[in-house]
Amino acid sequence: MDKIKLATVWLAGCSGCHMSFLDLDEWLIELVQWAEIVYSPVGSDRKDYPENVDVCLVEGGVANEDNKTMILNVRQRSKILISFGDCAVTANVPGMRNMLEGSEPVLRRGYSELADNTAQVPDEPGIVPRLLDQVLPVHQVVAVDIFMPGCPPSADRIKATIEPLFRGDRPQMVGRDMIKFG
Amino acid sequence: MSVRTLTIDGVDVAIAADQTILQAARSAGIPIPTLCHLDGVSEVAACRLCLVEITGMQKLVPACVTRVAEGMEVQTQTPKLQDYRRMVVELLFSEGNHVCAICVANGNCDLQDAAIEVGMDHTRFPYQFPDRPVDISHPQFGMDHNRCILCTRCVRVCDEIEGAHVWDVAQRGANCYIVSGMNQPWGAVSACTSCGKCVDACPTGAIFRKGETTGEKERDRAKLNFLVTAREKKEWTR
Repeated sequence: MDKIKLATVWLAGCSGCHMSFLDLDEWLIELVQWAEIVYSPVGSDRKDYPENVDVCLVEGGVANEDNKTMILNVRQRSKILISFGDCAVTANVPGMRNMLEGSEPVLRRGYSELADNTAQVPDEPGIVPRLLDQVLPVHQVVAVDIFMPGCPPSADRIKATIEPLFRGDRPQMVGRDMIKFG
Repeated sequence: MSVRTLTIDGVDVAIAADQTILQAARSAGIPIPTLCHLDGVSEVAACRLCLVEITGMQKLVPACVTRVAEGMEVQTQTPKLQDYRRMVVELLFSEGNHVCAICVANGNCDLQDAAIEVGMDHTRFPYQFPDRPVDISHPQFGMDHNRCILCTRCVRVCDEIEGAHVWDVAQRGANCYIVSGMNQPWGAVSACTSCGKCVDACPTGAIFRKGETTGEKERDRAKLNFLVTAREKKEWTR
């Protein structure tokens, strides 16, 4: 049987979900018997998101233009898209900037009002991606197939979510072990 | 004492005539999820989580304020009810700013538990990200309106058990918020006895003890029950 093509993507999150993914420890060795890691900030050197991905774990909300371009690409090229962790599912901590209503007040607050010296709002089109007005949960931008809450989801929860997919099954996202937020 | 007999999810239940469907269900060990209900204080049917279906009635009724009746057939877990309950919890999450990861009540929160109970893995409604204040003017406690679900447990526990009536609800509809005193900072309200019953009653991390950080909020719900029993039945030891 062909190996499943597995990708992991890191948008507006703290990378904690990916650290939790690495907490799978020795099961990662088993994982690569089932899956080929085709794209991942912690498991692959590839810079561009490949075609025909079977399963993609998406950490983080959609906060800037780069995130948005990326997630549209990911959706187009992946069969099963998993919102991976609270930032992807709810916008979570990055989403707290939404209460300031718009990207301009956020940048002003962060780079001007709170600056000790050389206050300057970064503006380098093509280098620094423009912030979106709001940080959005992934499912408000593209369709999501499976939601895996948690900040971060534990390694056990990650395993219980992706393991059934290797057998062609769907995980049961119910109960405290699988869907507790936070 | 007259007794009523009814069925809840097909189970025969006999209970005193002045009891509610919620009390009948709990006496029979049938779980109905609740959020605004708090043992020891009056019912307000604010959260709509305990809605049930009664044979012969078109509308859904809240179990916490509906009296039992003879021959009543109650359903608590139909697909329609499960769908509505999940919707209610999703709406609560999208209406406020509930960031479990950094909340004092993480792991010890009735709203978080309700989400698990109704099977909510995300909300289908767009988050509102409302701009809400935090009041830390009280020397011992804080009130974070971002985490408030307007269950009014604090209002009722302060009025009915402590007798101080520090809390109330201001405004209308989506603009509602909890006020202390005459819409003053909590610390400026002389009626507050600093008893902390509102902290114990609050289902989320909205009312908290200062100095508590993520996941550190603890509550003594048994204290509220104890006080009510003590007064009603003159049982003064715990």
